[in-house]
Amino acid sequence: MSDQSGETPPEAGAGGSGPAPGAAGTPPLRVRVVLVDDHRMFRSGVRAELGDAVEVVGEAEDAQQAVTVITATRPDVVLLDVHLPGGGGRAVLQELVGHLPEVKFLALSVSDAPEDVIAVIRGGARGYVTKSITGPELAAAVRRVADGDAVFSPRLAGFVLDAFAATTDVATIDEDLDRLSQREREVLRLIARGYTYKEVGKALFISVKTVETHVSAVLRKLQLSNRHELTRWASARRLV
Amino acid sequence: MRTPTPAAQAPGQQAEQAPARLYRSTDGRVLAGVARGLADHLGVEVLYVRLAFVVLAAAGGAGILTYGLLWVFAPQNPFERAVPLDRERDLTMLLALGSLTVGGLLLLHAVGLGIGAGLAVPLVAVGLGVSMLWRQADDDQRERWRTRTGTHRLTGAARAGLGVALVLVGAGAILVGPADLNGTGGGLVAALVVAVGLALVSSPWWVRMARDLAAERNARIREQERAEVAAHVHDSVLHTLTLIQRYVDDPREVARLARAQERELRGWLYRPTTDSSQDLAAALEAAAAEVEDAHGIAIEVVVVGDCPIDERLAALRDAAREAMVNAAKYAGGAAVTLYAEVEPEQVTVFVRDRGPGFDVDDVPEDRLGLRQSVRGRMDRNGGTAAVRSTPGDGTEIQLEMPRQRSAT
Repeated sequence: MSDQSGETPPEAGAGGSGPAPGAAGTPPLRVRVVLVDDHRMFRSGVRAELGDAVEVVGEAEDAQQAVTVITATRPDVVLLDVHLPGGGGRAVLQELVGHLPEVKFLALSVSDAPEDVIAVIRGGARGYVTKSITGPELAAAVRRVADGDAVFSPRLAGFVLDAFAATTDVATIDEDLDRLSQREREVLRLIARGYTYKEVGKALFISVKTVETHVSAVLRKLQLSNRHELTRWASARRLV
Repeated sequence: MRTPTPAAQAPGQQAEQAPARLYRSTDGRVLAGVARGLADHLGVEVLYVRLAFVVLAAAGGAGILTYGLLWVFAPQNPFERAVPLDRERDLTMLLALGSLTVGGLLLLHAVGLGIGAGLAVPLVAVGLGVSMLWRQADDDQRERWRTRTGTHRLTGAARAGLGVALVLVGAGAILVGPADLNGTGGGLVAALVVAVGLALVSSPWWVRMARDLAAERNARIREQERAEVAAHVHDSVLHTLTLIQRYVDDPREVARLARAQERELRGWLYRPTTDSSQDLAAALEAAAAEVEDAHGIAIEVVVVGDCPIDERLAALRDAAREAMVNAAKYAGGAAVTLYAEVEPEQVTVFVRDRGPGFDVDDVPEDRLGLRQSVRGRMDRNGGTAAVRSTPGDGTEIQLEMPRQRSAT
């Protein structure tokens, strides 16, 4: 465990000097990624699965180390575990989201608890995928997040639909932030059904770019909406 | 519940003690520093003050009372606070108090208020109560209690005041009473008053004891919870890990075991109170679990909304299970997703796999699974089933069941 973490900083240093040869030759196409997970086996598994699709420039196993490594390496994307020693993914987001706007976070977790997932999204993560995701899908998700789009797994889409469902028939919604448009709902439903963005686009006769726009809008609502229903819903889920 | 930290209290105390007032001195004191403090306050030689106390004490014990009250109500000089209060001095002080009490009593005796043998016991009790109270009145001691019991300064002072009043009244009744009271009734009341006073004075100890008991009980509860977690981990996770090591040559079985364990653990961690299959979401998850176990594939279940299960929805669940079995059989190990949405009018379930897919029209008649178990079941219960599949793009089965009005 510790030998891995000890190995990380020099590697991170190498990653930091990486762009120089990249800039000299071909433009750096590969997304630079930092893996944050407290299980070394899982990190190496993800590393192997991602393979050449991305460039892993650093790893961290707790919140504090994550902040250090991410600040030092300035990756494009951070794959962030929701549950981490030292305050969890939320602590990392709290520390960095305001300061490093160019770094995008993608939550990657086994956690099933909706409040954890929603909390990380509201903390600034650009998406949430479960650890059961396949390598190519994960690579695609990383690229998508690097491009500034949002990534919703079926589970997250389900959570969001569930969280926003309560207000569909309530007429007293004062803010647009507090409800999903019909189109956004359709998109989320298809994602929850296991459709890829491409398939969603095909089913709704819209482009992938439009699907991404809808999903990003939902993400924004999720992050900015301050309605109590979100928290109430989350706590209710815990009890039910 | 939370004990106030000394830091949090400091400003309040500062404000309280800001005006020039009588302090007890800790510097060059004999007993509690009352005389020294008073001397400093009045600007007189400390010897005179002490002499005055002794003279007053001889005059019916007034000196002792005055000294005691000043001890109670005059705070310690905060600027001399650093003087440590050690245990040895505590004992010395207790001894001094005891002798003061006894001496006072002897003095009273000498002065002419005769003390009968029958009064010795209540008097000892009174003396004990008063010395306890005086001890408590020491600021250092108070602070120690405060940090332990969270007793507020004001309530503490009020309690102490009431306690000393009761003890003194009781003592007075005992001392003065015998001449008039022939029966034991009056003495009993006096003793009771003394007892109440003592209870008030000693209440910090009781509070602390109660706190200790509560803390112990909490610790026990935590221990029980820990034991429960350990038992659960042992019964499920460790057991599964052992099995996985045994089946290491059979990846399918290993995957099945791991998945079943994951599901079980998840359910235990995140949905501890979910009750059996009374609700649709739980029922669908249970059905998916069965299919996972039987076919060794992973099914991702996403349910939006929930409702109690009824006859129709039970049929929907069975149809969904059949659809999942179908997906598991023909998806060739690819991922299967179940999505269910509960809406006010209907419940919709989608089962999607990413298998090779097929041409719906080409399905042979003998593939009864989809035809009868799924479509037939849905039709009989007033629902609909639709199958979409394109070769190379997987299959999706859509089930729709209108919800029964809750009125019927």
